[in-house]
Amino acid sequence: MKRFIGFIKKEFYHIFRDRRSLFILFGMPIAQILLFGFAITNEINNVDIAILDHSKDNTTEEIINKIAASKYFSIKQMITREADIASVFQKGQVKAVLNFEKDFGRNLVKDHKATIQIITDATDPNTANTITNYVNAILQQYQKELNKDITIAYQIMPQTRMVYNPELKSVYMFVPGVMTIILMLVSAMMTSISITREKELGTMEILLVSPLKPFQVIIGKVIPYIFLSIINAVVIVMLSIFIFNMPVQGSLFLLGLESVLFIITSLALGILISTISATQQTAMMISLMGLMLPVILLSGFIFPISSMPMLLQIISNIIPAKWFIIILKAIMLKGVGMQFIWKETLILLGMTVFFIALSVKKYKIRLE
Amino acid sequence: MGISISNISKSYKNVKALQNISFDVKPNELFGLIGPDGAGKTTLFRILTTLLFPDQGTATVAGFDVVGDYKEIRKNVGYMPGRFSLYQDLTVEENLNFFATIFGTTIDENYDLIKDIYVQIEPFKDRRAGKLSGGMKQKLALSCALIHKPKVLFLDEPTTGVDPVSRKEFWEMLKRLQQKGITILVSTPYMDEAALCDRVALIQDGKILQIDTPKAIVKHYPKPIYNVRSNNMYQLIRSLKDYEFNHSIYPFGEFVHYTDSRTDFNPKELQKYLEAQNLSDIEIEQTEATIEDTFMELAK
Amino acid sequence: MNKVIQVEGLTKMFGDFTAVDAITFDVKKGEIFGFLGANGAGKTTAIKMLIGISNPTSGNATVAGFDVLTNPNDIKKNIGYMSQRFALYDDLTVKENITFFGGIYGLSRKRIKEKSEALIKELGLEKVASQLVGSLPLGWKQKLSFSVALIHDPKIVFLDEPTGGVDPITRRQFWEMIYKAANQGTTVFVTTHYMDEAEYCDRVSIMVNGKIEAMDTPKKLKEQFQADSMNDVFLKLARG
Repeated sequence: MKRFIGFIKKEFYHIFRDRRSLFILFGMPIAQILLFGFAITNEINNVDIAILDHSKDNTTEEIINKIAASKYFSIKQMITREADIASVFQKGQVKAVLNFEKDFGRNLVKDHKATIQIITDATDPNTANTITNYVNAILQQYQKELNKDITIAYQIMPQTRMVYNPELKSVYMFVPGVMTIILMLVSAMMTSISITREKELGTMEILLVSPLKPFQVIIGKVIPYIFLSIINAVVIVMLSIFIFNMPVQGSLFLLGLESVLFIITSLALGILISTISATQQTAMMISLMGLMLPVILLSGFIFPISSMPMLLQIISNIIPAKWFIIILKAIMLKGVGMQFIWKETLILLGMTVFFIALSVKKYKIRLE
Repeated sequence: MGISISNISKSYKNVKALQNISFDVKPNELFGLIGPDGAGKTTLFRILTTLLFPDQGTATVAGFDVVGDYKEIRKNVGYMPGRFSLYQDLTVEENLNFFATIFGTTIDENYDLIKDIYVQIEPFKDRRAGKLSGGMKQKLALSCALIHKPKVLFLDEPTTGVDPVSRKEFWEMLKRLQQKGITILVSTPYMDEAALCDRVALIQDGKILQIDTPKAIVKHYPKPIYNVRSNNMYQLIRSLKDYEFNHSIYPFGEFVHYTDSRTDFNPKELQKYLEAQNLSDIEIEQTEATIEDTFMELAK
Repeated sequence: MNKVIQVEGLTKMFGDFTAVDAITFDVKKGEIFGFLGANGAGKTTAIKMLIGISNPTSGNATVAGFDVLTNPNDIKKNIGYMSQRFALYDDLTVKENITFFGGIYGLSRKRIKEKSEALIKELGLEKVASQLVGSLPLGWKQKLSFSVALIHDPKIVFLDEPTGGVDPITRRQFWEMIYKAANQGTTVFVTTHYMDEAEYCDRVSIMVNGKIEAMDTPKKLKEQFQADSMNDVFLKLARG
């Protein structure tokens, strides 16, 4: 045991003396969260729109007021002719035009049905999409209020309520993804680099020719990074709670447990990577290409899995990050407990056991 | 209880790194493995320190089999690999402490074994190992390899890249360690270091060329060797190569070591020949063979 | 103009630390000059000034007739350089390496082709000319990289610890190549801390703590220090 503690002590020396890595280790999560939270966002704010109101009645006025009152839109122009629609877009003055049909209010009461046309500038499809969603959300809100006063509901509009993230805050979507990436990188890349560094330096030879058992070397390498990753996870959650006011609906304890599980999965992957790479450079390349890219592309972090081709959807199942993101979202946003995520947890656990078994099998007590 | 190697062979892909190597190192012997880079020295060291499996053959170190009893061997040997293999970002003392701990001992417990060596670097014990000079790094590495009081010490090219002063000190340290009862197997590409060993094995291309005491090795050189010099080294070598009776011609510093193929060689004849080649200031005198001469003769 | 390297009072300071302390020496055309010293004695700093990649703090030096301070680019055209650490690209073939290095010294395509053929023939590399350099034995690589360092017929060739670790026979073949180059008028400037290498030089200087403490032929140095070998000379000098 004394040997083991001595080994861990040495690992911490390495980590704390390598200022640059230490900075990356703790600077990266903060930078990423802030970056995703503030800069890279698909939220919209004060988008300029124009309105073409053929009806000019109380209902349209109320709706227009509601839209104007929201911080998402600012009404730049009121236009009067259909022909102006094209020209405001061409001049690039507005991103969207809302076109109320004639007799909008009356139709709504009489036919329980009124039409509004939402025309968006789709040169930027993401924004166009978001604008449409936001306008829809405002319209539905209005409709709900309208129906409250009337005993017989006139409801006709399609219901597409946004749940769990009613404000459509993108930071809520990014936090689980960023947390996954950071934990994966810190755990897998840093461990694989620190093990291959010993190989490169030749110190691995000396460690092998010592009574230290291989599993002690590995566990000793891994423990400091478990510790650091947990700190990182805490930092990320704190940042999202205190800076972005992100609610964590579920149990923090469960969140912690699941994070530790995922950290161990990543560490096992890191060890596996170190067994197949001889240099730090290879380990880094494999970690970046083999772990980062799939996490970003296939875990559902940025691109929804359900809209991927079938083959990629199948492949996404073997990516641990996918399951961890599902778990994170469930706990943080839905506030559910173990009874709803036991399946994902089990899958993650299975993968961890598999990776550990594989890396123990692959770990060589000799040089070949 | 020393080292016993019998019929060890080892290949990588298509390179035969070791071919049927056999020799014994007696307990408490200072044994040198002398050969150039790529001769197979490091491979043999790795087999003996249980880092590699031999393809064929068996070997024991301190009485333990290198394959079956690898755990025992790992407790009982000290190993200093060819490259500087310590943690550059740890201080001198931290390195030593670390290696003491993983071998389940402390610096105090075995201090008298490393004392001679460690006192020289102790003034720098708070300095990071990466900032030490070559000679000091080597002393630290040796201290670390000795900290658990090994029975057998393996030193793979410890003096490569080290300046002559540190080299000399290093060999003096090895002699003292030997007096403390440790068996030492040391490899080196420097032929002149062979003379400092009790016995040496000359190795090239995975084959042992000869095993004996350094004195016996040079004594058994088959031919008389002559130091030849002249005013122009390049012309001298060219002319000797054209000389029909030459057996071997090797530049040796300011001289050329020359052996003749005849048994009744007369230096005067050679002198005349060289003069006829327009060379001047010719000197020819018999000299003693060196380990390097033997090595080249055997490797030829 | 028989002296291809002339150095006078060459000094390099890093802050308060004097790395090279007023060294003065000449090297003649066709001479094999050994520049010896332990690690950290100031050899590397001195060489960097001689090949024009580091400016001296004071003193002056001319190499191949050009001043190191004012004409470093002309120096680079007139010298060859071979180091043990880096010499050739392992992932290029023998021919590709020769062509590449010929190219960076501005040799014409025709000249490169001639040189390349002559060189491959001389070294007996015909069979491996299209093989990757990485697959060649160490000794062959060394001989090839020496030839490549001479490809543009430089006046001076700098060899940085050239023969560590090769087998004794190959090492002698390498020295024969050096003798040949010197015999043809190329000056050979060898830096090394392997003292037995020094025995092969026409003249050596030994640097200790930034100063040249001894300079003469190996034979005379051995007499002066009453030593059997250059190694002993060095030990006596270093221990004071």
